[in-house]
Amino acid sequence: MSSEWPLWEVFIRGQHGLNHRHVGSLHAPDAEMAILNARDVYTRRNEGVSIWVVRSSDIVASAPSDKGPLFDPANAKVYRHPTFFDVPDEVGHM
Amino acid sequence: MYAQMVKTEAKRVRSLDEMEPQERAFQERIDAGQKIEPKEWMPEDYRKTLIRQISQHAHSEIVGQLPEGNWITRAPTLERKAILLAKVQDEAGHGLYLYCAAETLGISRDQMYEQLHSGKAKYSSIFNYPTLSWADIGAIGWLVDGAAIMNQVPLQRCSYGPYARAMVRICKEESFHQRQGFDIMTVLCKGTPEQKAMAQDALDRWWWPSLMMFGPSDDASVHSAQSMAWNIKQDSNDELRQKFVDQTVPQAKFLGLTVPDPALAWNEAKGGHDFGEPDWTEFFAVIAGEGPCNRERLEARRKAWGDGAWFRDGLTAHASKQAARRQAAKLAAE
Ligand SMILES: [Fe+2]
Ligand SMILES: [Fe+2]
Repeated sequence: MSSEWPLWEVFIRGQHGLNHRHVGSLHAPDAEMAILNARDVYTRRNEGVSIWVVRSSDIVASAPSDKGPLFDPANAKVYRHPTFFDVPDEVGHM
Repeated sequence: MYAQMVKTEAKRVRSLDEMEPQERAFQERIDAGQKIEPKEWMPEDYRKTLIRQISQHAHSEIVGQLPEGNWITRAPTLERKAILLAKVQDEAGHGLYLYCAAETLGISRDQMYEQLHSGKAKYSSIFNYPTLSWADIGAIGWLVDGAAIMNQVPLQRCSYGPYARAMVRICKEESFHQRQGFDIMTVLCKGTPEQKAMAQDALDRWWWPSLMMFGPSDDASVHSAQSMAWNIKQDSNDELRQKFVDQTVPQAKFLGLTVPDPALAWNEAKGGHDFGEPDWTEFFAVIAGEGPCNRERLEARRKAWGDGAWFRDGLTAHASKQAARRQAAKLAAE
């Protein structure tokens, strides 16, 4: 009998010039219906100018336990931020 | 509330030093105001309690469409009809946001529907009352959505990421709901004596069930204390009820309506209203399935689900046929 429709993740571009942002998910039988459903569920008040949908099962995610190995190394590289360097006041804006 | 009397497995709330390291780290993150995300470790009871709370909340949004849906075809003007349709459509959206949030905890949509349709899962007691006149649509927006806002606003800060984010979306839409209801009441109260009497009658019938939405006093409840420790509940039921009464009484006065509670009085010392106790026997009966419309509501849900089966199956069949065709075309091209 009936099987559950697959789950889709929905991404919306809020305005021209912005990135698509993840807004949530929904069930739909295929990509076409996922877009139509996303229009009704996530953009009832002009929240978007473009929609992406992707099967949730096609998303590959980093594991929460990999947080340390993946992101800790960046902590040691503070020189990547401009504030690491002192610019003398006399130099003015840089 | 939309999720009333959500049970945990807790016998009592344990302190940090009674916890195993993993759970202690989890509790410390919550205490620090951090969000817990779907794939992260969480205590089994946290997961189960959230599934109960979020799915109950979702069911309430979905069943909550029924009393209002009753008036869509009978709205007094085309504009009111369009507004009510938009409001009810929002509630469907709220249900969908919440079901998705619950699914991230490892329960499927079909399982949740099954729990609702079999009567195993609860939804808010308020939706088991009938909508007898157009004024009831005003009273629901004003009082019921008003009460919902009271508890949904703090939930935007709750510890579970997907639930908190769903609440942000929902809260953005709720104030439209409350205002359209208050607007209906305002127009009726400025109308003929008969219209004003309709508004009063609606307030008389919806006042006490609205106060019951917050659930009985839970100051002594271990479940409530545990949910607060997990930051999936922020205020006690009595606190929210007090806030609701204090906010609503001046609005009723503005409308020129009388709140049907002889015990209602301003208490200068506490800076809030004193008010009477709702009939908790009635509340527990409604929760147990004996409210005026429980049977009708579940029947309507089951019928909608059953009647839609051929359509869902049809779309699934179409989708797999299309996928097979694409696959065949791809193979032929190679
Ligand atoms: Fe809602
Ligand atoms: Fe609402």
